[in-house]
Amino acid sequence: MIKMENNIIPLAFMASGERGEIVGIRGGQRMAKRLYGMGLTPNSLVEVIVSNPAGPILINIRGSRVAIGRGMAMKILVRRL
Amino acid sequence: MKAKVAFIGNPNVGKTELFNRFTGQRQHVGNWPGVTVEKKVGRCVCYGMELEIVDLPGTYSLTAYSIDELIARNFIIEEKPDVVVDIIDSTNLERNLYLTLSLLETGANVVIALNMWDIVRSKKIKIDVKKLEELLGVPVVPTVAITGEGVERLKEEIVKAIKGKRRKVEWSYGRDVEAVIKKLQEVIKKENLREYPSRWLAIKIIEGDEEILKKIEDRCKDKLLEIASQIKDGETLMAERRYRAIEKIVEEVLKKEEEWSFSDMLDHVFLHPVFGIPIFLALMYAAFQFTFSFSAPFSDMISMFFSWLGELVKNSMGNEILASFLSDAVLAGVGSVLVFVPPIFSLFFALSLLENSGYLARAAFVMDRIMHRLGLHGKSIISMIMGFGCNIPGILAARTIENEKDRIITVMINPLMSCSARLPVYILIASVIFKSSAIAGAAVFSMYLLGIILAIIMALMLRKFLFKGEAPAFLLELPRYMFPKIGSAIRDMWEKGKWFIIKAGTFIFFVVIIVWFLSSFPWNATQGGVNIENSYAAMFGHFIEPALKPFGWQWQAGVALFFGFLAKEAIVGTFGALAGESARNAVATWFTPLTGFAYMAFVLIYFPCVATVAVMVREIGKKYTLLTIAYTVSLAFVVAGFIELIGYLMGIS
Repeated sequence: MIKMENNIIPLAFMASGERGEIVGIRGGQRMAKRLYGMGLTPNSLVEVIVSNPAGPILINIRGSRVAIGRGMAMKILVRRL
Repeated sequence: MKAKVAFIGNPNVGKTELFNRFTGQRQHVGNWPGVTVEKKVGRCVCYGMELEIVDLPGTYSLTAYSIDELIARNFIIEEKPDVVVDIIDSTNLERNLYLTLSLLETGANVVIALNMWDIVRSKKIKIDVKKLEELLGVPVVPTVAITGEGVERLKEEIVKAIKGKRRKVEWSYGRDVEAVIKKLQEVIKKENLREYPSRWLAIKIIEGDEEILKKIEDRCKDKLLEIASQIKDGETLMAERRYRAIEKIVEEVLKKEEEWSFSDMLDHVFLHPVFGIPIFLALMYAAFQFTFSFSAPFSDMISMFFSWLGELVKNSMGNEILASFLSDAVLAGVGSVLVFVPPIFSLFFALSLLENSGYLARAAFVMDRIMHRLGLHGKSIISMIMGFGCNIPGILAARTIENEKDRIITVMINPLMSCSARLPVYILIASVIFKSSAIAGAAVFSMYLLGIILAIIMALMLRKFLFKGEAPAFLLELPRYMFPKIGSAIRDMWEKGKWFIIKAGTFIFFVVIIVWFLSSFPWNATQGGVNIENSYAAMFGHFIEPALKPFGWQWQAGVALFFGFLAKEAIVGTFGALAGESARNAVATWFTPLTGFAYMAFVLIYFPCVATVAVMVREIGKKYTLLTIAYTVSLAFVVAGFIELIGYLMGIS
């Protein structure tokens, strides 16, 4: 279970340059598995490289650059650091 | 001695280049049974051993959630290849090792190719290869697939690995998980579930892998699940622990990490919320400008050469049938197609530069928002851009779109992307019917625009009526920007462009001979192809003329359209063969500016060529392919009719 804390927000709400720690993925198993494969597991660190209004967002995850659509980024919960 | 070898790796690690290094031309492309995923198999003889190499689809992990991953996994588990070569991007160890660990769990006999080693060297990243070998228990060979460096050593290690099994190294998933794995393994052994490696099976049960659970349905599944239930949300936990094991390995092996700062800086420019799209459009414009301007003088040279050769042959041959055959059919027909080799090669060159510089993936990022609104997917733009070169690679590029509906829509609209084979038709007609070269250029460009607009309309309609709902999810790894590699772009251009020369020499040649025969015989009635109105071609042309009469097209145009079903560049070849001497003079008498322009639009839309249809059947099935043919044919009549109607109302002829 993901406890609600003030600092926990969807990845989509993070601004360029912000860093956070992934808390969990609110979505189907299929989506979660795909994200795990690309390195987005709970407790991993993310850094937002580019976040454009309404477009996809580009993150640094485990040293690779992954672009994530806004809809999907809404389902990834992050603790802002 | 024969052995089976599989190549596996993440997307964009150079797996295909390495596969080509090993197998050269000895490749066979087919399909995996039951699915539309391409299966590439090649052969290679190394150190007296015959290797059958299978190129598995690029994947990030070995779960059962996408067809690609399932194919890769089933091949490794069920076919048990003698060696699995795992190709790793050495500038991105951490993420790539996830697949490696999943692979080692299966008990496969793994050899690792640490690819892109040149970047490691030049950027002074340090990877302790010996240590990595020790920690993973498998041989690790640094390679550079694009230059072939390290390939010999990789071959040696593969052959060595075939002869001797790997040392078994296991890493811990943590005490709690290991205890459950052990219990599960005991039950698995007792129940004789021999077809799978026991540790791997135990891990899959903890992960709640649907595919595996289905397979052990009536074999103590409940008992196993009960044990596994001690671990909550096993799927997430296992992924997390696997990464933790990787973090430890990376810590020991990687001394200095690859810098991203320059690439990130470029991304702030290329992915800019305001300037991103103008930059995208400017780059596309530059690519097409290059395609047409750079190639023009080369095309002129080829054209001059063929007309000179044609004259020479005609004047020096005694036998008039033979002379006519050689100059009117072979040289005029094939020559009129070969003229388009320079623009087509230039186009592929430009597309390859966009791709290998890393920009094409950014285009998907920049366009995602707009494409989303149009009912498409950010990645559709890659498929569409490739489609300008040739619809076939465009359609194949749509495979990276995971969602089936998005993929089918992307494939179905691809024939509207004006491929390079249609370009010759536009250039020939536009340059003849329009006096000013500026207008002719605009007319050619308008065809590309028309294709895009129609594609958008079709996408919206398909989304609305056929594939309702479902917001497409966008997930794409962006590779590091690279300085565009001219050498590999030239290789790519040749690989992708050679089909055009081959087709000109085989298929178009064949069509041209038929057209020449139809237009020159009966020989006496046509007086050797001079009085073409009495030929077989004219008979056939007049037969289909009623369908084209409303558009004001001559029967020659109809015959050309008929051969255009086979390949669109055959239209130009047919014009060449029907016209005899100068296709340009003939076209001037066949079309007015209005009917010519409508004809160009018709050629753009009317039917994906036969080769494209064949690929579509493989990719999206018969039903949607038929639907695509139906909509393109009817759309062609509607659009051409509409153009002529507007022109007529405006008083243009």
